[in-house]
Amino acid sequence: MAGLLNPVVLRITLRATLGRKRALVFLLVPVVLLLITITLRLVAVSPVWPAEFLGAFGFSVVLPLTALIIGTSVLGAEIDDGSIVHLLATPVRRTSVVLSKFAAAVMLTIAFGAIPEYLAAGIARGFGGKLALGLLAGALVASVAYNALFVMLSTLTTKAIAVGLLYLVLWEGLLGNLVGGVRLLSIGQYSVSIANSIAKTSALNAHLTSATAVIMALAVTVATLTAAAWRLSAFSLKGDAV
Amino acid sequence: MNVGPEARELSTVNAIELCGVSRWYGNVVAVNDITMTVGAGITGLLGPNGAGKTTLLNLMAGFLAPSRGELTVGGQPSWRNPQIFTLLGLVPERDSVYAFLTGADFVRSTARLHRLPDPDAAARRAIEIVDMAAAQDRRIATYSKGMRQRIKVAAALVHDPQVLLLDEPFNGMDPRQRLEMMDLLEQMAGQGRTILFSSHILEEVERMSGTIQVIVGGRLAASGDFRAIRRLMTTRPHVFLVRTSADRALGAALIGRPAVTGVELTPRGLQVRTSDFGAFCRELAGLCKNGDIRLREVLPSDESLESVFSYLVTT
Repeated sequence: MAGLLNPVVLRITLRATLGRKRALVFLLVPVVLLLITITLRLVAVSPVWPAEFLGAFGFSVVLPLTALIIGTSVLGAEIDDGSIVHLLATPVRRTSVVLSKFAAAVMLTIAFGAIPEYLAAGIARGFGGKLALGLLAGALVASVAYNALFVMLSTLTTKAIAVGLLYLVLWEGLLGNLVGGVRLLSIGQYSVSIANSIAKTSALNAHLTSATAVIMALAVTVATLTAAAWRLSAFSLKGDAV
Repeated sequence: MNVGPEARELSTVNAIELCGVSRWYGNVVAVNDITMTVGAGITGLLGPNGAGKTTLLNLMAGFLAPSRGELTVGGQPSWRNPQIFTLLGLVPERDSVYAFLTGADFVRSTARLHRLPDPDAAARRAIEIVDMAAAQDRRIATYSKGMRQRIKVAAALVHDPQVLLLDEPFNGMDPRQRLEMMDLLEQMAGQGRTILFSSHILEEVERMSGTIQVIVGGRLAASGDFRAIRRLMTTRPHVFLVRTSADRALGAALIGRPAVTGVELTPRGLQVRTSDFGAFCRELAGLCKNGDIRLREVLPSDESLESVFSYLVTT
């Protein structure tokens, strides 16, 4: 995979994404997560609050939202404003463009989503504990799979953020809880299930075996990234006649 | 023209070839059955806004699939073929660049994306060519329109492409920048490159030599030597509105001139019809001076692009 990453694309993407005003939102969500964690720790409501709170808020709000904002902008913002043309008017392979954009998104989501989640779990239950490590593992899987999906969405539609949000609310949020079968196709479930395979607590709302979760997360990642590379290689510019 | 076998071979290798190329979006036909060959040297792609120039350039650069027909650059199809950019450079019309980078960073990054053996030297050379060395360490966000245009050209040139496509390169440039850009393009064409640029303003390319392709309504309306088209342009009928201190006296003098085909007195001034733009302008000054008439205003009144192009197309 290292040969498929383009360091120039990666560097420019990191700079561009962190340079936008949106980058402030990246910080906002983890700060809220940590503040609530510290408050809960001080008032200590129930013995299982860390798993309950970090499982629910962390895996259905912090990680998906962070990945949504980052994953849709690494490639989407350049497609929107047209600057992608400068990148695509070079012989760099489109697969390499997509993978580099994806890698930048994963790195940023780990920094602004997965690590804060780990820090919160550490503050609640100790940094070497099973809960912290489990949540970190789950959060890493979420960072990878969500970003693959959102990068693909940004190659399909200019309204990737809206479509992604709709997907999170309806599919992951509503159907994932109501319809059993949807769990097999829910990135939230993959990550919570992997977290649970290490943390082993019933307070996490996990329904898949770790093997299923790993295989499915991998399959979703590969499939969506392949689709994204395919879409980008057919990237079209509209002329002035339309 | 005396072209040796060697030169001919080179120019066919570099040429852009379109054979019956059409592109439509649903019911809208943007490019309609265009067959053309663009060889070494400079070629202007002219036409009014919405004529399909950008669509055509996007097709050539592989950023659009032809709905029908065949299109090759250097013998290779450009659609779904990023390798085409080893011999092709594109200067897009949209002004969106990575504004947070400095000019030098932008061109160097492009050189690295091309995997050039010495990207720093290539970037320096390209920046030198467009005369942007003085501003290369400033962020692109601080550049004027003309500077952005030039840094985009530098990025498109950095890998020394044989074919360079420029979409409206003169847009937003002041006359001096325009002249410099034209000199630059002529220079590169002189080195045997194929340079194709689009423009919707005929006057801005008046100084240009080479061939032109005129696109109107998605169709190839005229093509050929630029001088012939330029002659048509200068001898096409022009209508001017002239306001002076003595309209009637000037009108009487003007009607006696061969370059003037009609004069009408209107409340707003003299409406003058001329078949020779250049001669009229020269004579107008002389007549006013001799008759001691004060010239207040000379306004061209039929300069709409549509009228110019439709004139070219019907002639």
